[in-house]
Amino acid sequence: MENEKMITFEVNGKLVSLEKKPGEMLADLLRERLGLTGTKIGCNEAECGACTVVIDGEAILSCNFPAEKAHGKQITTIEGLATKKENGNGNGRQGEYTVHPLQDAFIRYGAVQCGFCIPGQIMTSYALLESNPEPSVEEIQYALKDTLCRCAGYPSIIGAVQAASESIRTGNPISDPVVPIARDAGRIVGHSVYRPDSIAKVTGSAIYSDDLHFDGMLHARVKRAMIPAGIVESIDTSAAEALPGVKAVLTAKDLFAEKVHGLVIKDWPVMVGVGEKVRYVGDAIAIVAADTRDIATEAIKLIQVKIKPLPIVNSAVLAHKEDAPQIHESGNLLKHIKVRKGDMDSGFADADVVLEHTFFTNPNDHAFLEPECSIARPLENGRMEIYVGSQIPYADREQVASVLGLEEEQVRIIGQLIGGGFGGKEDIAGQVHAAMLAQKTGQPVKLLFDRQESLIVHPKRHATQIKLKVGAKSDGQLTAVETELYGDTGAYASLGEKVMTRATTHASGPYEIPNVKADCYAMYTNNPPAGAFRGFGVLQSAFAVETMMDMLAEELKVDLIKLREMNALRVGSVTNTGQLLDESVGLLECIEKVKTALYEKAGSDPFKPVFDQNDPNIVRSWGFAVAYKNTGLGGGAPDKAGAEIELLPDGVFEVRSASAELGQGLPTVLQLTAAEELGQGVDQVRVLLSDTDLTPDGGPTTASRQTYVTGNAVRHAAQAMRDLLTAELAERYDVNPEKITFIEGLAQIDRIQVPLADISKTLRADKVEPKVLYTYWAPETKPLGQGGKMHVAFSFAAQAVQVEVNLLSGEVKVPQVITANDVGFAINPLGLQGQIEGGAIMGIGHALTEDFVITDGQVITDRLARYRIPSIHYTPKITSFIVEHPTKDGPFGGKGVGEIVLIPTIPAITNAVYNAVGVRVDSLPVDQEKIRMAKVKQMV
Amino acid sequence: MGSWKEYSVVKTLDEAVHKLSTAIEPVKIIAGGTDLLLEIQQGHQPIVHTLIDVNNIDEMKCLEVRGQRLFIGAAVAVSKITNSPLVKQHALAVSEATGLIGGPQVRNAATIGGNVAHALPAADGMISLVAMDTQAVIYKDKSFVEVPIMSLFKGPGQSTLEKTEILVGFYFNLKQPGEASAFDRVMRPQGVALPILNNAIWIKRNRNIIEDIRIVFGPSGPVPTRAERVEEVLKGYAMEQSYIDLAKKTLRETVKFRTSKMRATAAYRYELADLLLERVLKKAWERTEEV
Ligand SMILES: Cc1cc2nc3c(=O)[nH]c(=O)nc-3n(C[C@H](O)[C@H](O)[C@H](O)COP(=O)(O)OP(=O)(O)OC[C@H]3O[C@@H](n4cnc5c(N)ncnc54)[C@H](O)[C@@H]3O)c2cc1C
Ligand code: FES
Ligand code: FES
Repeated sequence: MENEKMITFEVNGKLVSLEKKPGEMLADLLRERLGLTGTKIGCNEAECGACTVVIDGEAILSCNFPAEKAHGKQITTIEGLATKKENGNGNGRQGEYTVHPLQDAFIRYGAVQCGFCIPGQIMTSYALLESNPEPSVEEIQYALKDTLCRCAGYPSIIGAVQAASESIRTGNPISDPVVPIARDAGRIVGHSVYRPDSIAKVTGSAIYSDDLHFDGMLHARVKRAMIPAGIVESIDTSAAEALPGVKAVLTAKDLFAEKVHGLVIKDWPVMVGVGEKVRYVGDAIAIVAADTRDIATEAIKLIQVKIKPLPIVNSAVLAHKEDAPQIHESGNLLKHIKVRKGDMDSGFADADVVLEHTFFTNPNDHAFLEPECSIARPLENGRMEIYVGSQIPYADREQVASVLGLEEEQVRIIGQLIGGGFGGKEDIAGQVHAAMLAQKTGQPVKLLFDRQESLIVHPKRHATQIKLKVGAKSDGQLTAVETELYGDTGAYASLGEKVMTRATTHASGPYEIPNVKADCYAMYTNNPPAGAFRGFGVLQSAFAVETMMDMLAEELKVDLIKLREMNALRVGSVTNTGQLLDESVGLLECIEKVKTALYEKAGSDPFKPVFDQNDPNIVRSWGFAVAYKNTGLGGGAPDKAGAEIELLPDGVFEVRSASAELGQGLPTVLQLTAAEELGQGVDQVRVLLSDTDLTPDGGPTTASRQTYVTGNAVRHAAQAMRDLLTAELAERYDVNPEKITFIEGLAQIDRIQVPLADISKTLRADKVEPKVLYTYWAPETKPLGQGGKMHVAFSFAAQAVQVEVNLLSGEVKVPQVITANDVGFAINPLGLQGQIEGGAIMGIGHALTEDFVITDGQVITDRLARYRIPSIHYTPKITSFIVEHPTKDGPFGGKGVGEIVLIPTIPAITNAVYNAVGVRVDSLPVDQEKIRMAKVKQMV
Repeated sequence: MGSWKEYSVVKTLDEAVHKLSTAIEPVKIIAGGTDLLLEIQQGHQPIVHTLIDVNNIDEMKCLEVRGQRLFIGAAVAVSKITNSPLVKQHALAVSEATGLIGGPQVRNAATIGGNVAHALPAADGMISLVAMDTQAVIYKDKSFVEVPIMSLFKGPGQSTLEKTEILVGFYFNLKQPGEASAFDRVMRPQGVALPILNNAIWIKRNRNIIEDIRIVFGPSGPVPTRAERVEEVLKGYAMEQSYIDLAKKTLRETVKFRTSKMRATAAYRYELADLLLERVLKKAWERTEEV
């Protein structure tokens, strides 16, 4: 008789036998008891596919598979696909591992971004290829339907699976996809390279915060208000404290130093205490550390909280009413933001046509696949280490230190890989709470959000109401644009003021308009806070203004592309904030590129509805939109980043910056930049990010600023390193500095070659540290309202999108996207392609699937099953053009990429819907029911 | 603290019944667990003490022709049903419906028995079985009992199965010449993973006449119901647009749809019902021409 207490199964070819644990899922067993942390948990609710493993040949979700069911079965996890080589030199990509063709193909096709979904993608694909060695694109999409990638590398994933399939069948090695190089490519920059972290990400050895384990580590959970507005009357933690295994229960009473956190304005209470105000459902009331997560969860349930409800302020417009309940002592107005240019009266008087319309945008969640996780670890010397995937490590350090009552230097943020951020990992999530509990208990504490908590707690995209009034001459020349915006910044400021400022300054679109007036009210409400999210306010205003441009074109009977060309910003234009654009405005070229491709595909009248030949209820058409987006913080904010470079004893240059890699490919950009300047190949440059002890402040990873600001810092640091080495070598070898150059791994000193490793060692022996630090300050910018240069640069884009609408159901599909993006310079074309594809698909998600629903302050979409992000089925055919109008102060001319790629997609889709069926979408997302019911009305 | 304390894998129906009546309460049957475990985890069902895993009972894993009928065991994974040549031959509607449940990973675990026993009024697999006029086999009091599938439902999420009754499998008739079935549904891209509306149709054709027909929409009411008045309008008549239009009219008059918040208004559901009725009927009709 088998031992009833044990589960025995084979994992990656090894037999394991473990004691049964009540309630244990296979994912937990693999991760916690076998240390196989390559299997990821993204949702724990059978929605995302990140936890996919292969059991007896079939893809299975291990987060929802009782471990005991695995008894007697054969399991393959991501760790079982690659084989570690015995004598690997550990240097090259293929050095340590013999990877599976799928893993190889995922790297080569650039399918790996943040990497969190990748083990699940590869395991699902592996099961597919085992049963179907030659899948079609449709079969790949069918198989990967519920294996989500928020970075949306779907086109590259499809390409990679096809390439792997071919390689397995033919035995030929996988060849690289064709990605054009940058126009003015250098020796290294402007060429595609694989991400330095991709081998770890495809083999499952990449470590994210939740993959870390420390001896004696406790698990924390947070008691949340779950009521949107009220006064805390009492908190009783006694039952929780009495629960065996509970090590600490803390409430606001236990705060002895700073009691609030926040990025710009500190208005977010670490915990809400008795007598204090609850402002949203996610407010923390108490925190618990216990021996296990289950115990901590149980303890949270035992905490009794009484909250006297207050009236709920559930929208920005309501919040602005005079008699609205006041959410903060300062009132409900976070900021009134104004843009003024010219004279509105004369602007509208000059107009032949004036149109007015109000638009609505909904909140969105970042839905990064890796939920927030922080681990705090107290050191014996009184310091506190925090392991966290954070977009702004130095801001974390300051906020944690101030609450713990420590000096900033006493706290060390050790940034981990981030499984997607998109702006949602800028604010404090669990960092402070974990640190408080670690300080209290003296033990390491892990605080991991579950998906529901993630959806409820962290700041969202701002919901907005945007009223636009435009005036134009009959030929289409814009004479005046007036905008009134309401932005719902939720309970706390977060980056709300900055986001809504960007929404306001970009509110009249990338057009030169003589008379502009915009007023924005960024309002506090009792909804979850709103903050940074890829697109940063510009996404909302672009939806409004680009829809308005189409309405205007229709009214004036002018071609909608011509209308945009006529008014487009160009070199010599003055923006609505009074900035003269003296260079790097590629908008017209973006429009030209998209227009040409569009006419080629769809003929000279692409915006007319075309009925399907076989099904008269299917109609297709195209839509068009343009956008611009600032690079860098701008607006007078000092924008700087530090970078350090050291020549290590093994001859490798290490580049260090506390900037964050969210999956967007920053390390590659920095690696290429340093390699170019130092005459090296990519293998001689390593990048270390996000450790506040080891890396200089790179500033926030936001506002599409890292390529520009940190890229520049690295470029200058690399130049300084070259100068330092040159000077030292010239002295030592007594040669003219001009005779010294650097080539891969070597210094060429006149006629002799010396390995860099030797140089590093020699210098160190002489007490010269081969290390330089450079702090780059972006060119000064002017605050809003002062005119002049508000931003160091802008990126531009144009997109055309085809939609297919079913007239009977109202269902909308997006089969094709044409996109052109002016990014200044394509430092890493492969990484850029990932950003462009991912941006377009996120845009499709925002337009069609994503609806974050809050009803009276309660989050309705508190599961991934309710907040839907686009699956691989939404992958369109993407035609992409890179436009490169370099900006003179950017690294090699580069400017921001991460946000511009997604902004025009949404209005291009909604405009296409109008062109197809005549239903104007003025609130997001597109609602198929509304389309159908509008058609029904049109028929009667 | 965890969704269960004891997980018991049984090999026979008798062992299952025995455990169901003797194990520490609360006790529940688990098959794929794709509904049950999430419901417990998310607090929609109380935590259980004992789970009885019925995935290894041979009779429940069978999919085979028995006499003039096809038998599908309750513990057959829906992915197996979708891809089964037998199911494709005799009940394409069931293959289509099960092929739309969740994603491939979910389908590898989810069972058809769970889909029916969960008793949601729009469960895709269940709706297709209703159109097939399926008989359910229940193991109760040590014997197998056959009942019409419709008798299994009490209300949304509530089946009529008693605690120690196990759903063993399903029977429906093998396809005869002139017969065919089809299934389709319309989803909403936002929000819950349930269809706004689905529709399964079984049809028997005699030349250009619809000799017999069964039509089911889900969700329409708390328990699955056949659209019998609509069936009557079509039964015995030619497959012509005028009758289809009449059927749509009858549908609006006799089938009740509800407005459900965040999913669809009743008015929109009627629009979709029109669409589905015509689409699925035509698809089934075309299939009758195939041998
Ligand atoms: C991501 C996701 C997507 C989904 N999409 C769909 C969809 O599109 N369409 C759809 O219809 N469903 C969908 N579902 C629901 C679910 O997968 C199905 O209902 C599934 O078929 C349930 O089967 P199971 O074996 O997992 O049931 P379980 O969860 O194991 O059981 C469900 C219930 O039935 C009882 N039960 C199970 N087997 C028996 C038996 N033999 N006798 C008596 N009682 C029994 C259990 O006690 C339990 O109460 C989805 C689920 C997920 C997680
Ligand atoms: S973690 Fe299992 S499906 Fe998301
Ligand atoms: S790479 Fe897929 S989620 Fe980031």
